[in-house]
Amino acid sequence: MSETTVPSVRGPAARGSGGAHAALTEPRPVRIALTFAAVAFLTLFLLLPFAVVFVEALSKGLGSYLDTFAEPDAQAAIRLTLLVAVIAVPLNVVFGLCASWAIAKFDFRGRNLLITLIDLPFSVSPVVAGLIYVLIFGAQGLFGPFLQRHGIEIIFAVPGIVLATMFVTFPFVARELIPLMQDQGTTDEEAALTLGASPWRVFRTVTLPNVRWALLYGVLLCNARAMGEFGAVSVVSGRIRGLTNTMPLHVEILYNEYNYVAAFGIASLLALLALVTLAGKTFLEWRHADALAGRGAH
Amino acid sequence: MTAGFAPTDALSLRRDAGARPIEAAAPERLRHAGTSVRVDGIVKSYGGHGPAALEGVSLAIEPGELLALLGPSGSGKTTLLRVIAGLEIPDGGRVFFGSQDTTDIPVQRRGVGFVFQHYALFRHLTVFENIAYGLRSRPRAHRPKEDEIRRRVERLLELVQLPDLAKRYPGQLSGGQRQRVALARALAVEPSVLLLDEPFGALDAQVRKDLRRWLREIHRETGQTTIFVTHDQDEALELADRIAILNKGRIEQVGAPHEVQDHPASRFVMSFVGETARLPAEVVDGQVRVAGRTVIAAEAGWPQGPVDLCLRPWDLTIGQGPGTLPGTVREWRRTGRGTVAEILLDGAEAPVEVKVTEVYEPGDRVSLAVGAARAFPRG
Amino acid sequence: MSDAAALPAGRAAAPARFRRPSALPGFRLTFGITLTYLTLLVLLPLAVLLLRAASVGPAGLWALVTDDRNLAALKTSFGLSIAAAAIDAVFGLLIAWVLTRYRFPGRRIIDALVDLPFALPTAVAGIALASLYAPNGWIGEPLMALGIKVAYTPLGILVALVFVGLPFCVRTVQPLVAEIDRSSEEAAAILGASRFRALVTVILPPLIPAMLTGFALAFARAVGEYGSVIFVAGNLPYVSEIAPLLIVIKLEEFNYAGATAIAAVMLLMSFAALLAINLVQDFSRRRFGHV
Repeated sequence: MSETTVPSVRGPAARGSGGAHAALTEPRPVRIALTFAAVAFLTLFLLLPFAVVFVEALSKGLGSYLDTFAEPDAQAAIRLTLLVAVIAVPLNVVFGLCASWAIAKFDFRGRNLLITLIDLPFSVSPVVAGLIYVLIFGAQGLFGPFLQRHGIEIIFAVPGIVLATMFVTFPFVARELIPLMQDQGTTDEEAALTLGASPWRVFRTVTLPNVRWALLYGVLLCNARAMGEFGAVSVVSGRIRGLTNTMPLHVEILYNEYNYVAAFGIASLLALLALVTLAGKTFLEWRHADALAGRGAH
Repeated sequence: MTAGFAPTDALSLRRDAGARPIEAAAPERLRHAGTSVRVDGIVKSYGGHGPAALEGVSLAIEPGELLALLGPSGSGKTTLLRVIAGLEIPDGGRVFFGSQDTTDIPVQRRGVGFVFQHYALFRHLTVFENIAYGLRSRPRAHRPKEDEIRRRVERLLELVQLPDLAKRYPGQLSGGQRQRVALARALAVEPSVLLLDEPFGALDAQVRKDLRRWLREIHRETGQTTIFVTHDQDEALELADRIAILNKGRIEQVGAPHEVQDHPASRFVMSFVGETARLPAEVVDGQVRVAGRTVIAAEAGWPQGPVDLCLRPWDLTIGQGPGTLPGTVREWRRTGRGTVAEILLDGAEAPVEVKVTEVYEPGDRVSLAVGAARAFPRG
Repeated sequence: MSDAAALPAGRAAAPARFRRPSALPGFRLTFGITLTYLTLLVLLPLAVLLLRAASVGPAGLWALVTDDRNLAALKTSFGLSIAAAAIDAVFGLLIAWVLTRYRFPGRRIIDALVDLPFALPTAVAGIALASLYAPNGWIGEPLMALGIKVAYTPLGILVALVFVGLPFCVRTVQPLVAEIDRSSEEAAAILGASRFRALVTVILPPLIPAMLTGFALAFARAVGEYGSVIFVAGNLPYVSEIAPLLIVIKLEEFNYAGATAIAAVMLLMSFAALLAINLVQDFSRRRFGHV
């Protein structure tokens, strides 16, 4: 929120000196009460859960906290999470760029339907997202017998985890880029074309620089979800330690084994990731607000 | 690529001489041979929204000519310009540059310079990089060397009188400066045709005037075939060698400024290129009659029967006797250039402002003598 | 002005075609990739789920869904999701109002914090909430003293669902609070309305569609939520078992038909929520000129 959108609250009325503007804001005690209520609610529901992760993780001291990450299973989980993100995020970036180019730069029938369909994974439960791939690739699934005969493992293996992650992170990049590129129109690309630039050069030197901040924003959110996804991945993973365990799944296993320090230790890494994501997101919104047009809630 | 820019020696000499007026900076060598442009039966339609449609437009532009496409919004003038550039693909008709049919040549290879209405400068590139963009886009075999590109860009910056702004970004320029950069960028690729879409539309009045004069000079120096779109008749009349007036996807008239002004081919052209009063009238036996009274003699070629008589305010004077038109004064006021009366002629729908020398009260009855008029079939 | 504006209606009835021709390159390639990727990753798998559910037949599906335990789980999921979304809508408005209208130390940090549930992995949120609200937790202990048990009860589920839904409600309302035309407030004040009356009659009504949108988004998210809930729910059948968990349980029992049936019901519900959101936004666009 920029300061300029709400000038009057910084005026005399906001400081409670009464006068002509008193009618345009709430009485001072009401303002204080409302602010207190909002901050208390946020503290209770957001800040405390965040803080407790680190407190629990460090409850047995720094030594045992660091021991958590020496575990081979923990390291395998971290590696797998990174691997999944490294595959899923770039694929969704390519998809997001293609989808936004086709949708924002051209006018065709069914464009709005396509946008709605791209948002579809957001309204599907993560568990259902996992289930659909079990129904297709699982032992009793559509291609199950075929896959078994050829010795291809998808469910309870890394490919299934990647697929489920791709599903739940599918819309992130596209939905950042589409409204922005629609706003920007096609004139810049047309200008480059009249100057003789090849399609690839137009994309690389004109379109991409125009959307770079929104792209980064989308990648940030996409990556956070890819690394943190739990429901969809837990359905397709099979939770084989050291093999198909991602960090969130490893958190669950450790927690269920009452190994709280280790569980919160891994969780603290994910919480740090969230912090970095939020910081990056806030920075982009603050520094490049005009380059991120057309954003709604996520 | 040949007719374009001066060889290095002359350039370096001129640069050494420091800042000079445009005349010195743009030698005869810069002149283009110029390419003729012809469009033939262009048809373009859209379902629903989108740019305005074209319904069979044919037009020929002479080499080196400066032509204005003039029309109200929705007339199709921008669509026509974009068809010539290759930015729109026509449903029918052909486009020729010289003798070459360019209809199927994609925009990248058509070799036009296009200045967009809001300039479409690349925000993340400096002024220099913007102007160099076209040269750097060429296939490697045809791409000039980097120092050659530098020379050409500097040369163009001088031509558009912005030699010191090479390192700025478009966001740091004024509207008029952006306009000049956009023109330099378009000229850098040595286009066979220069196309400008509402080139001064986004600028304020004073800058507009300066740039108009300046564009005229640049055109004189480069001899480039130039087509520009405008909805401002003053701009077209002042700047263009010839004007093509479009309405509803058709060309109403093509001609030199004085032709379209003095001999408008249709009522639309008449009212679009200048203020017009309109009266229902009748042409009988070579006489124009308004409300049964003969006003003036009909000219050769005027239609018979019911017509709309169109009058320019400056052709009307307070007068007496036969052949004058009666009317009522609505308002009288002083202006910077004398006194005017707003007079509603009997039978007219809208009042007309006429220069007067005496003082009038609202409601005064007056008669106006007609110096010149045009008649078009009633419709 | 471009020529686009004043095209007379009814003219230019172009032949029906899929795409308006354009000089820009790459439509076939990018559209092809988009459609292929979307179809393979999203549409076909979802279609397989619905077909699989349909193949059981309506009677069989009904029997699978209306099993007592399923009904209890669906009731828990939907009931608590509505409650959580309602709480989010109210506090979302409050937070949006405070963050936009008032200035206080730490406002920017708190503003950024609102998005935490988007960024924090659900499993992390789940164990954190479980630890906080457990009988010996920071919040759970004082509440236990008051005789309120949160963790491992439906109340725990509610807390988790409020957590995941909150940003939707804040972020849909916030831009509108920022854009409220101050002059309409001034007008209300000039007309003699008290501040409270101005709030209720002038300021709140245009925000209601956004609140409803936020409510629907938070609800849709809550119904499907799994990770943050299961740690704090206790997962007692008939009491604190949510529908997504039941899908997982059925899958672990290799009861594919049962899992599919519940999933299909949930999918249809979230489509309904999606439709509702679109209708609200349509209404809002027509009524207030914004979303």
